Amino acid sequence: MAQEITTKQLRKWLLAYAARIIENEGHLTELDTAIGDADHGVNMRRGMGKLQERLHDEGQSEDVSAFLRSVAMTLINGVGGAAGPLYGTFFLRAATSPTNGSSIDLEQLTQMFRYGLDGLQQRGKAQADDKTMIDTIQPAVEAMEAALAAHQSAAVVLAAARQAAHLGMKHTIEIEARKGRASYLGPHSIGHQDPGATSAYFLFETAAEVFTTTGAD
Amino acid sequence: MIGLVIVSHSAKLAAGVHELAAQMAGGQVAIGQAGGLSDDGETLGTDASRILSAIDEVWCDDGVLLLMDLGSAVMSAEMALEMLPEHRRKNCLLSNAPLVEGAIVAALHASLGEPLQAVNAVAEAALSVPKLAGAG
Repeated sequence: MAQEITTKQLRKWLLAYAARIIENEGHLTELDTAIGDADHGVNMRRGMGKLQERLHDEGQSEDVSAFLRSVAMTLINGVGGAAGPLYGTFFLRAATSPTNGSSIDLEQLTQMFRYGLDGLQQRGKAQADDKTMIDTIQPAVEAMEAALAAHQSAAVVLAAARQAAHLGMKHTIEIEARKGRASYLGPHSIGHQDPGATSAYFLFETAAEVFTTTGAD
Repeated sequence: MIGLVIVSHSAKLAAGVHELAAQMAGGQVAIGQAGGLSDDGETLGTDASRILSAIDEVWCDDGVLLLMDLGSAVMSAEMALEMLPEHRRKNCLLSNAPLVEGAIVAALHASLGEPLQAVNAVAEAALSVPKLAGAG
């Protein structure tokens, strides 16, 4: 990958994310039917449709912070359910992380995810092991930070994030829900993968794909 | 006189609660609604920017009390408050009151010119009023 991730590449990442969510709408619905109110797939698909429209708009700012803020507002207005304010907060907070104007380096990308995670925890008041999207995002951010501290390449840092996110998502199968609609099920929620943790995993899967293959784009 | 904002996942529920509360307030209290998603009144969900507009509509320096239905309505309302300028944010309050009872009690007390904290206190007290005679 290039040394710097530009706003253009961030846009490409989120287009890939939107497409991945839309492909997986049925899967997300199925997961949410088992332990929630069956709306996560539909809500996310609607939000991603709005996001695609927004991202295809010409004449947008190339400023990273402004770009992330506009992503946040689109998700707040378009997703619905708990995922709207949660993903909205994630990107709104990510937009306050340090940038180089129209690009970010690997350390700043890691910080961007860290800011988003911190915002998410404040908004949703969820901790690790509550069976939420935190169970995907927290280990992914920690893996990125560790790989960065070990001076790994971008490809290694992003692969570590993806792997940790995947393990975190799968870990939600084994634990009992303590937040959201699934928490009403108590121990019956064990054995089912959390839909929010699943949609959050795709953030890291697509980041690893897009940021390590676009080269000098 | 304070303003009220009804926040619900459903536009119809917000409109219905508004109707009940407005009747108690004799048309004197500004009551805003933020129900459903902004782009489509038929879609269930809550939207921080819609809540923000409702606060703007009923704004008065005496303050605005927000009453929410459940779950992510609270998250969206918290988010809307964070988007407000500082001087407005400190004159807004999220109520822990039950939506229907709270809105009715709040509308009545707001119409009497009571301040924000006092209106919220009576609205929240509606949580412990038993619905059935002899219950509680």
